[in-house]
Amino acid sequence: MSDLAIRCEGLSKRYRIGTSRESYKTLRDVIAGAVATPFRRSNRNGNSNDGHIWALDDVSFEIKHGELVGIIGRNGAGKSTLLKILSRITKPTRGRADIHGRVGSLLEVGTGFHGELTGRENIFLNGAILGMRKAEIERKFDEIVSFAEVEKFLDTPVKRYSSGMYVRLAFGVAAHLETEVLLVDEVLAVGDAQFQKKCFAKMREIGNQGRTILFVSHNMSAVRNICKQAVIIEKGAVVAQGEINETVDRYLSHLNSSQSNEAVETNTFSISSVQVGSAAGPVIKTFDPVEVRVRFVPKTEIRDPGLYVSFLTLDSRRLTGLDLKDFITTAPLPAGQVAELGFTIESLPLLPGAYQLEIHLKDMARHLVEIIPRTFEFEVAETDVYGGRKLDRWFGNIGLRARALDMSRKSAKAQR
Amino acid sequence: MSTDPIFSSVSSVARIEPPSPWPSIGWRELWEYRELLYFLTWRDIKVRYKQTVLGAIWAVIQPLFMMVVFSLFFGRLAGVPSDGVPYPVFTFCALLPWQLFAHSLAESSNSLVGNQNLITKVYFPRLVVPISAVLGGLIDFAIAFVILLVMMFLYGVVPGWQIVAVPGLVLLAVMTALAVGLWLSALNVQYRDVRHTINFLVQVWLFATPVAYPSSIVPAKWRALYALNPMVGVVDGFRWALLGKPESPGLPLLVSVIVVCMLLTGGLYYFRRLEQQFADIV
Repeated sequence: MSDLAIRCEGLSKRYRIGTSRESYKTLRDVIAGAVATPFRRSNRNGNSNDGHIWALDDVSFEIKHGELVGIIGRNGAGKSTLLKILSRITKPTRGRADIHGRVGSLLEVGTGFHGELTGRENIFLNGAILGMRKAEIERKFDEIVSFAEVEKFLDTPVKRYSSGMYVRLAFGVAAHLETEVLLVDEVLAVGDAQFQKKCFAKMREIGNQGRTILFVSHNMSAVRNICKQAVIIEKGAVVAQGEINETVDRYLSHLNSSQSNEAVETNTFSISSVQVGSAAGPVIKTFDPVEVRVRFVPKTEIRDPGLYVSFLTLDSRRLTGLDLKDFITTAPLPAGQVAELGFTIESLPLLPGAYQLEIHLKDMARHLVEIIPRTFEFEVAETDVYGGRKLDRWFGNIGLRARALDMSRKSAKAQR
Repeated sequence: MSTDPIFSSVSSVARIEPPSPWPSIGWRELWEYRELLYFLTWRDIKVRYKQTVLGAIWAVIQPLFMMVVFSLFFGRLAGVPSDGVPYPVFTFCALLPWQLFAHSLAESSNSLVGNQNLITKVYFPRLVVPISAVLGGLIDFAIAFVILLVMMFLYGVVPGWQIVAVPGLVLLAVMTALAVGLWLSALNVQYRDVRHTINFLVQVWLFATPVAYPSSIVPAKWRALYALNPMVGVVDGFRWALLGKPESPGLPLLVSVIVVCMLLTGGLYYFRRLEQQFADIV
């Protein structure tokens, strides 16, 4: 057996867009299309103008057995198309792929679940649809049920289930699919925190069994938490493949570099740049050491320079601020020369997300405060802060270095 | 080799390639997915009468009702001959394979569109879908068949040794439905016009089949054309096997088998060819 699990060579997929993108055709459309074609031939060589789009264009990569690979990319980059081709749901237009071993794909939680059937019945139906043998499902049945925590509702039709129970049961079946290669598409974006954690643990467990996982997700924290490698897809092509953290960082910093920080003028200052950067890597992560540098040219001499930097959310809620005068007294700055002021922050306690900096430059000798008329956005990269799950707005913006009190251990001691 | 799923097929390599103009039928893979076939059939049967008051009785009501209507209008009012058998038994005996065929045809033709959530989200041999739709009709048939036996008993009709032919005739009816269903289900994915033609097609087909009348009233010069309808052979065969009609429908039956084999082979290849695009166009 070769140690390659997946090998793609020049995979390409072309979709028709425009009129024929309607979900289905009627005979009338075909007749109308036949009439229109003679006039359409002229622009056949155009790549996207002829009503087609290459969702995947010449994708090649290799994945070894036992690797946990995250597929990352923007919406519409071709991730899902790639997964559909590897799952054999759709065929490539060009190129080929070899997959060694049995393939299981989870493109959706609960594919084929039927509301009228009971939990028990759906376990068998869904299992069979995912490609499990009846004997295999029977063997795993108890495990699936206890994983999904639906023991009491096994004989209730799933249409009466809460959405949480439904998802748990569906993931429970899928998680017990024992194929050598598992293709997973963002199904983890559902369920409550505890269940998400359970799903991550299960995915890692699957990875530790030496099976191969391809995981497509927008949730970078989940990808970092589960995967060891990443493949970045952009506009239908693979642009990078490598170690997970390095590759995700590269991807995120690339996303951010599109924001321009052009010069801003105020009455007294000409700001050339405001930089926020992590000393630890190309992207800023929660609890990273971070530097904020403001470069500017004073138009007149500043005798007692001051700098105030405030961290805001995107909706301009003030989170915290730093005033330079609380730290040092700065020497006067001559007019017309580039100056740089700033802070280093030992550990930035911001949770993943986008933030903005508000900056005030001052000359305290003249009681002059100038608020820079724009803010500067920066992003804290999605990382695994509290165990890899996506942190929503309920978590606010501040990250805390925390541990749980382990009461259970204490009480166990007390009982003895 | 054990059935341990992890190691059972490690050496297998799935090759993913662009659509092929002449794909194979993939019997082996179909066989590997026989359990899915079973579960999908089971699901259809299980769900069909959920949340109905009468449940499986519906399987009997439909043909019985048709029998009453036919007996009244064709048997009584129009005086259609019935080969010496009481008209209700005569027509009910034909209605059973007919209903099996009509139901299976409609179900299989709509099966791919009805299961598009599966087709766009998970891989399995697509042939499983129309085949399971066809098989689902057999349970209804079995229930109604019991009623037929009761009726035959009440009317004093005793079947001869020919009754052993019934399973073969049922198979032929199912295969006819599948053969046509394969074509229509694949076409239906691309052209939803098909959905609207199915009811119409089934109605016309009913009159082209000797359900309400004996095939003996068809003029001799049209017989050859008439026999091209595989359901003629099936229905005549049913009457021969159960009602003890003297002459065996050997020739029409042979024609039926040949026609169905041709339709089925063509349907399988057509289906497999279109199947490669189902997920993109459904």
